[in-house]
Amino acid sequence: MTLAFEKRKTVSRTAIVVVPVVSFVASLVLTGALLMIFGANPLATYAAMFKGAFGSGRALTETLVKAIPLSLTGLGVALAFRLKFWNIGAEGQLTLAGVAATGVALFWSPWLPAPLLLPVMVLVGCAAGAAWAGVPALLKTRLNVDETLVTLMLNYVAILFSEFLYYGPWRDPKGFGFPGTRMFPKEAWFPRIAGRAHVGLYLALVAAAVLWFVLNRTRWGFELKVIGNSPKAARYQGISVERNILLAVLLSGAICGLAGVGEVAGISRRLQQGLSLGYGFTAIIVAWMAQLNPLAIPFVAVLMGGLLVGGDQVQMVMGLPSSIGLLMQGMILFPMLAGSLFTEYRIKRVGGQAVRESETGAV
Amino acid sequence: MEDTANEVPLVEMRGICKSFPGVRASDEVDLRLERGEVLALLGENGAGKSTLMNILSGLYRQDSGDVFIRGEKVDIRSPRDAADLGIGMVHQNFMLIDTMTVAENVVLGMPSLPFVPDMAVVKRSILELGERYNMTVDPDAYIWQLSVGEQQRVEILKQLYRNAEILVLDEPTAVLTPQESHELNDVVKRMQAEGKSAVFITHKMDEVMAFADRVMVLRKGRVVAEKTTRDTDPKDLARVMVGREVLFHIEKGPFEPGAVVLELKDVCADDERGLPALRELSLSLRAGEILGIAGVAGNGQRELSEVITGLRPVKSGGISINCVDSTNKTPLQIIRSGVSHIPSDRMAVGAVGDMSVANNLAMKDYRAAPISKGIMLLPRRILEFARKMISAFNIATPSPETRVKFLSGGNIQKTILAREIESCGSLLIAVYPSRGLDIGATESVRNELVAQRDAGKAVLLVSEDIDEILSVADTVAVMYDGRAVGVMPTAGADPEEIGLLMAGIDPSEKETRL
Amino acid sequence: MGLITSLIAITLRAGTSLVYATIGETYAERAGILNLGLEGIMLMGAVSSFATAYYTGSLGLAIVVALGVGGLMALIHAFLSITMKANQVVSGLSITLFGTGFASFLGQRLGPESNGRYLIGLTGPRFAPIDVGALGKVPILGAILGQDLFTYGIYLLIPLAWFYLYRTKNGLWLRAIGENPRTADAMGVAVDRAKYGYTVFGGMLTALGGAHLALAYTPGWSENITGGRGWIVIALVIFSMWNPGRAITGALIFGGINAVQFRLQASGTNVPAAFLNMLPYLATIVVLVAITWWEALSKRVGSPASLGQPYVREDK
Repeated sequence: MTLAFEKRKTVSRTAIVVVPVVSFVASLVLTGALLMIFGANPLATYAAMFKGAFGSGRALTETLVKAIPLSLTGLGVALAFRLKFWNIGAEGQLTLAGVAATGVALFWSPWLPAPLLLPVMVLVGCAAGAAWAGVPALLKTRLNVDETLVTLMLNYVAILFSEFLYYGPWRDPKGFGFPGTRMFPKEAWFPRIAGRAHVGLYLALVAAAVLWFVLNRTRWGFELKVIGNSPKAARYQGISVERNILLAVLLSGAICGLAGVGEVAGISRRLQQGLSLGYGFTAIIVAWMAQLNPLAIPFVAVLMGGLLVGGDQVQMVMGLPSSIGLLMQGMILFPMLAGSLFTEYRIKRVGGQAVRESETGAV
Repeated sequence: MEDTANEVPLVEMRGICKSFPGVRASDEVDLRLERGEVLALLGENGAGKSTLMNILSGLYRQDSGDVFIRGEKVDIRSPRDAADLGIGMVHQNFMLIDTMTVAENVVLGMPSLPFVPDMAVVKRSILELGERYNMTVDPDAYIWQLSVGEQQRVEILKQLYRNAEILVLDEPTAVLTPQESHELNDVVKRMQAEGKSAVFITHKMDEVMAFADRVMVLRKGRVVAEKTTRDTDPKDLARVMVGREVLFHIEKGPFEPGAVVLELKDVCADDERGLPALRELSLSLRAGEILGIAGVAGNGQRELSEVITGLRPVKSGGISINCVDSTNKTPLQIIRSGVSHIPSDRMAVGAVGDMSVANNLAMKDYRAAPISKGIMLLPRRILEFARKMISAFNIATPSPETRVKFLSGGNIQKTILAREIESCGSLLIAVYPSRGLDIGATESVRNELVAQRDAGKAVLLVSEDIDEILSVADTVAVMYDGRAVGVMPTAGADPEEIGLLMAGIDPSEKETRL
Repeated sequence: MGLITSLIAITLRAGTSLVYATIGETYAERAGILNLGLEGIMLMGAVSSFATAYYTGSLGLAIVVALGVGGLMALIHAFLSITMKANQVVSGLSITLFGTGFASFLGQRLGPESNGRYLIGLTGPRFAPIDVGALGKVPILGAILGQDLFTYGIYLLIPLAWFYLYRTKNGLWLRAIGENPRTADAMGVAVDRAKYGYTVFGGMLTALGGAHLALAYTPGWSENITGGRGWIVIALVIFSMWNPGRAITGALIFGGINAVQFRLQASGTNVPAAFLNMLPYLATIVVLVAITWWEALSKRVGSPASLGQPYVREDK
């Protein structure tokens, strides 16, 4: 008797919820095993991480601070992934949007009316993110160039470009050699809600809701769904595949760009080292764990934000490397990917006894 | 064959059962094959013929039952096991690798091949084998350069090269011209003369009569009859195969063509590789007419449907629909001008397997009320619409929310048909609409096409089944090498003449030569 | 040494790690498995080999460890994408995310107490260029011979990898699997076993590329030691049209760009360093666009037809 996989007729609804939860637990166990190998007590470590991420008001707001860009980039990435456009350039789109918003804050503030400054920063930032995503999208739709690599390479280019600016022409002359631009004028600051958590939180929640609505309740969303499942069928139905992919990826880049605007206007209030902390990559984990569902993304983002903040705390409290958060994140997708098999397939025994089945669906 | 009667059979399968989700593909099947015998497995699509042979060739595993080869019980776990036992299968979809040469394909997977093979030796033996069986192929040619008939020769050579004693041919003539089929029959007869055996899967009665010594008829996974071909005739076989008298009777109104709906003038277009697929093709089709396009697959039929529907650019020439120029318009513009299209590739193009039946049904009508309102889509209306269509077209599905890929081929086709007919304005293009369907589904598809014609629409029917065209269409055109070579009314058309046109032979020339 | 000779020398040294990974990934992709985890595997290869060499002093053992670590990482990807039929893009990305995180963790944990448990900033044993005496003075030849053992390895690996793929039975099987696994399976090739084997092999070679960075090219460990080489390799595989014989060209181009970039930086040019540092990434994009364009114009498709798709035998 052997085991074989058999495709399910409908996606298992329980598996959709259970698989991410089990995956998270499995990653805790796997990381725990690694921690033990390296001589640390996993339970104490997790307790410290949890306390560091959610244990106090300050911890909670810090977790939210990370969850905001993770939510936004997660949404952007999820939108592109739904079209099987592998945008792993969220990092670059975020960075370039941060640069663009910085440019507006620093150089347009003298002649823009104060109440208009923030909206213009957001618009210009989103446009920059969209443009940065537009390059691979155009190359993909016009010339069929692999988007995975182009989006990724553009990350490096954007980050190096931002470094050039804050080390070079945009560096604050009064910054004592510190690499970074001067502080934005007050009108260019995102209002804060609690601690360092800023209004980007509302923007992220609104973006999630709007994206869900667009994908599930509009004609365009329906078209994107057809394209994502079968571009050939979409073309045959008269849906313009190239144009829609381009539009969706521009939107994806704009949402990722919003995250970058939030980072410079809400957190650092200047452009400096550390704008890109790998959010664009963690976004992939967020999107995939949320199974590309926009409504689930903010929740997963809080969880992942917690891992990052908790990791930093563990370094301070227990002397363990802060990269433990990164390690756990990397670990989460493995059980998740393995588990998706169970939403699509079920296990069937072959040999020995005949499996008798006669269900509807066949004529 | 008298002296083999008391010997053990070459192949014996006993009580074979195999299920797929929702289908019982093989149900307690027994099969015997003697040495030097050609056995035909006859049955409709989905009767379980291919499943049975896939088990014999190690591609599938039976759920229960035993296989004996030369009297010994064997456990065929993989195609390699089957090859070791001398079983070779020529699949319906050729198991060839397009980007490799004939010689590389012939030796692929042979365990006895040396680690660093001497391809010169391989090529020489291929040429020798080709001479022996009178089917020459250039061993250095790449598969993609070969015609379908030549590719089939490579498949057979591959098995002969491995000294297959038992050759399984899965619907070998489906892709061949009548003339190529005769050549195939010669090869099989030569093999038989050398003491090799063959199992022949088919659903065409006259081929059973021409090729086989004995025939086994399957229906819904069970053996329903076993006869020697001497003691039967095509009519008898057809009755057993379907389980009732087959009377392909299609109710058709009188042929009263109206205005010209579709006109193609000297259309040229290329295929994916940039080679000409349509060469100055001209056609015209009127309202209330079914124009059947006959021909061996790959002579430009798919490209023809694609240039009309805007999926493939026209290089020169012009297309007009209802007297409006529609050359190189976008697919959406052409859909809006009232054209519906049932594409040849059901799963990759016609339907989206991972979306629900309801969504698939709404895939054309979602653009307008009542399914959408402005830019908004109304999911509840989609379900209402789907329920209506499911009952109107008798689509068997557990629910409107079931993913389409879990329906049977016939019901997937009905889903596409329902959507295309619902949205059809004046022209319906159906490409191989009954390919792979069982007789019941085929009948309902054909009747639906005729109903559209009777309702005054123009129908372009592309088919490789001459009988289908002769019984459904009003006019027939044969496509050969990107051209429409013979346009004639189906009433009184001679199938033999169409067959010759399909093979690229001009019947009138042949007569003068005779 | 003449300018050309020294350029060749630097280029070969910079390109060596790329050649290992390119050939490894070529084999995996020929078997239909796209592994976007190369960057993570390379990092793990670098950190594990450096730590081994640092503590044991044995370069041989360091290489063995790198091979083992690379093989294990690729095995995870193989398991997820072959047995569990997961999305290969996402599985590969998660290997990179995991590898990046784990390598960084190890780099902050495995070091000696005296260095705050960091591996960063330490020096260990390294592969030095081989002294070929007077031959080293011969123009061009001297550049080719005056290299470390890793680079000598590619002189052997490239022709062998080419010969195996195009002239042996197993190479024929491998090409068939990537093009059409169903056919290969029907013809008796053990498809899944081969996919596992070549994916793991690819991971081992990739980790070797990482080891070359940490043990020879830029000896030591730093978190950004690969600088995206794992990604560039994915582009190089495309550039070489999945032919291991051509793996050298791409690697030389990128090795060359690296070399030129260092030269310019050293010579104190006016171009800001950030822009020079962008060169390899921009070049990757340009190369990718050019090769895709050329493929479209010449109607050639180089990629294995089944690349990235899971294979299920009884998928009905």
